[in-house]
Amino acid sequence: MMSKIVRTMCNILVPLIFVFGLYVIMHGHITPGGGFQGGAVFASGVAFIIVAFGSANVQKRLKEHHLSVLESGGGLIFIGLAFGGLATIFFFNFLVGSPIFGHIPPSGANPGDLWTGGVIPLMNIGVGLKVLAGLSAIVLVMALVSSGIEVEE
Amino acid sequence: MRKTAAAVSLGIVIAFLVALAFLIHPFGQPPSQMDDYMIQNSQAETGTNNVVAAVLFDYRGFDTLGEATVLFTAVMGVVMLFRAGKKREG
Repeated sequence: MMSKIVRTMCNILVPLIFVFGLYVIMHGHITPGGGFQGGAVFASGVAFIIVAFGSANVQKRLKEHHLSVLESGGGLIFIGLAFGGLATIFFFNFLVGSPIFGHIPPSGANPGDLWTGGVIPLMNIGVGLKVLAGLSAIVLVMALVSSGIEVEE
Repeated sequence: MRKTAAAVSLGIVIAFLVALAFLIHPFGQPPSQMDDYMIQNSQAETGTNNVVAAVLFDYRGFDTLGEATVLFTAVMGVVMLFRAGKKREG
């Protein structure tokens, strides 16, 4: 538990960090970034909370096994979408042209449309969930162990 | 004897590297046409403005699967290493 100044700044900054991380994940098929980078940004927000409030307080709300479920779910989304294109080939982008994320942008430079990309935005979401949960779990477990608290499962 | 053998083998290696430096493709020109193909066709084929995302999740998706596996293994290893172990009696 850090001082009141750090905790107040944490309360102000962490929502912005979370929103920015989710933005990078969600816009991965339009702007630079994607699941891995956005997940890392989100996990840095979790690390900030752990530094500011102490791992013992964080552990009351954020259990490690919840993060494990989230990580495995993200991995399953990713592999499931990869197997979804198996009618043509593994990792085939089968959603291009369909009603879900199916718009095809004009060739060349254009302002971008969120509803494009086929399976790529969904895969970005899956990988983003996986990375944010995985990195948060690493930071949380290491903080708990270094402060002498035993991790339950 | 060993010194001459070392000198001869070193000379062969240097000659090989110098020959490779002349045989390499011209500077600034890609060794294959794959990148041109991806830049031209990624918007029509994958519907993605970001060519990097198209390569990462569509053309080279299998590579990303390995990357995700590496991260999964790392997280699993850290959690297994630091979890509370059962105390053994005896």
